[in-house]
Amino acid sequence: MERTLKVMNDEGLHARPAAILVKEANAFSSNVEVVVNGNATNAKSIMGLMALGLKKDSEFTIRAEGDDAETAVETLATLVNNKFNLH
Amino acid sequence: MTYEGISASPGVAIGRAFIYDNGHNLEIEKREITNVESEYERLIKAIADSKNEISSIREKTFQKLGEEKAQIFDAHLLLLEDPEILSQVKNMMNTEKVSPEWSLEQVTTNFINIFEAMDDEYMRERAADIRDVFSRVKRHLLGLKNMDLSLLNEEVILIAHDLTPSETATMNKESVLGFVTNIGGKTSHSAIMARTMEIPAVVGVSNITEYVKEDDVIVFDGEEGKVYINPTKDLLKEFEQRKLDLEKVKNELNSYIGKKSETLDGIQIEVAGNIGQLQDLDSFEKNDAEAVGLYRTEFLFMDRDKMPSEEEQYQIYSKIVERLNGKECIFRTLDIGGDKKLDYLHVGEEENPFLGYRAIRICLDDRELFKTQLRAILRTSVLGNIGIMFPMISNLDELLAAKDILNEAKAELKSKGIEISDDIKIGMMIEIPSSAIISDILAKHVDFFSIGTNDLTQYTCAVDRMNEKISHLYDPYNPGLLRLINMVSKAALENNVKLAMCGSMAHDRLLVPLFVAMGFDELSMSPMHVLPTRKLLSTLDSKKCQDVLSEVMTMGTSKEITQRLESFLS
Repeated sequence: MERTLKVMNDEGLHARPAAILVKEANAFSSNVEVVVNGNATNAKSIMGLMALGLKKDSEFTIRAEGDDAETAVETLATLVNNKFNLH
Repeated sequence: MTYEGISASPGVAIGRAFIYDNGHNLEIEKREITNVESEYERLIKAIADSKNEISSIREKTFQKLGEEKAQIFDAHLLLLEDPEILSQVKNMMNTEKVSPEWSLEQVTTNFINIFEAMDDEYMRERAADIRDVFSRVKRHLLGLKNMDLSLLNEEVILIAHDLTPSETATMNKESVLGFVTNIGGKTSHSAIMARTMEIPAVVGVSNITEYVKEDDVIVFDGEEGKVYINPTKDLLKEFEQRKLDLEKVKNELNSYIGKKSETLDGIQIEVAGNIGQLQDLDSFEKNDAEAVGLYRTEFLFMDRDKMPSEEEQYQIYSKIVERLNGKECIFRTLDIGGDKKLDYLHVGEEENPFLGYRAIRICLDDRELFKTQLRAILRTSVLGNIGIMFPMISNLDELLAAKDILNEAKAELKSKGIEISDDIKIGMMIEIPSSAIISDILAKHVDFFSIGTNDLTQYTCAVDRMNEKISHLYDPYNPGLLRLINMVSKAALENNVKLAMCGSMAHDRLLVPLFVAMGFDELSMSPMHVLPTRKLLSTLDSKKCQDVLSEVMTMGTSKEITQRLESFLS
């Protein structure tokens, strides 16, 4: 299960969006990864996510494997597209 | 000896140096291990201990400095739980049979290097967070104590390479008289916290830790940014005097807390505060402001994708009104546009945004947006004492249209059985010359005027505030502007309308005597100016203010006016 997305937040994947992504990813038992240029990073690691240095409009893929993989990818994709509900 | 750095937090500090080595440059030796399992358990324990410490720092910070500063430590806790770091460390311990502290050092250094190489200042700063968190863990692993600065029990000036947010937050104001660091900038976390805690500080003094010896006498003025080591007797005396003077000023201002704002001859003028969000009430309360003369509601609408709902707005507004505990709160309805844009309103590019589609102009167009906000505000009226004012009104039609929509919003709430107070004051900003000129007509339709001096100056003098070439024309002492304000004050007085001011002229010491003479009922300002203004008022005689006003109204240049007002105050 995977889905390719773009970072929508103006400031890129900064600490707050990354923290929210980690928190949401932790709610699923599946392994969740963020793939950029073929390199996979654990989506449950705030350090890994921030180290990707993703800027606004950067493309990445969310990939999940496990029992709740489908819901995980759906939920996280919605979150990304809604700019992590940050205001 | 004198060393120069960056002024980070004002105030004079005089004291003995305490060189604080926080061990961020811990030398860690590569140690080979045999029992990976038990070493890994040590790591888990060190992380757990660190978590406990950071949680208690978070709690202390929350109590001392509030939620926003405390959130820094939520991110720190998340870093401690990071599975990527943990798995990389475990992997290294397993394959290379090396100690957890060595492995942790390698893994975190890799990440720190990645962050420091980023071309984004914000991300580079996160390297400091990683260092802060994991050096704590490493010290636990090495059996070194994490020094708790809150336990310092003698008065010192801290000299350190750098201070992390967790270190700054745990400092005790009674023992840390000030601090000086090798690195850091005005906007680093520790500088921001020092200002909030009112601890004097100079940062970015290269190699200061090498020049200072333990127990050296250090003096500095945080505002000046220069640090003196073992100063001469004369210099020391000068600094002691400076410190006393500052304290005197501060104590004197504090003696105005709880006092009425009134002139020598007993004319009372409300000195109110401007706020933009809930946390501004901290400073509002500390400085004893008497009411909120301007609540800028637009912050709530900024940095988001869509309009906040009525409920969302109500949640925020009601918290503010409740915390004010009966003190008046004047809501300014959405003042967006100009230099503050909202993507979701799709205003588009404009040639002259300050003369364009903004504030009440948008609200009268988008009635739903406007009514949603008005309903949220109206609902708070039963929780305290509120007023509503409309920004950027340029003619009577706009004012009447805004009032119509307000009445619709009231009717909608009433039809749903929602209770609202029948004592809600309605007012408008006077910030456009065309309104100021017909203020006698507008006064028949409102309970109060609030003069927004920043825009009124810009529009009256036809000067773009942002344009440096003409910034000298943005002049609060412009005789035409002062006459215009005087005209509005007469209209307010004749029609028995409350007269307030909420721009930065309201706390201008030269102008306050004129506002006393004009009969202002309220001056609203950034809370830090409240006590100095109250003090100034207590020295003024309203009759004398009236005389100087009459003189000023005949003057032709701002130079003449400022000279006259300077001599009036001296």
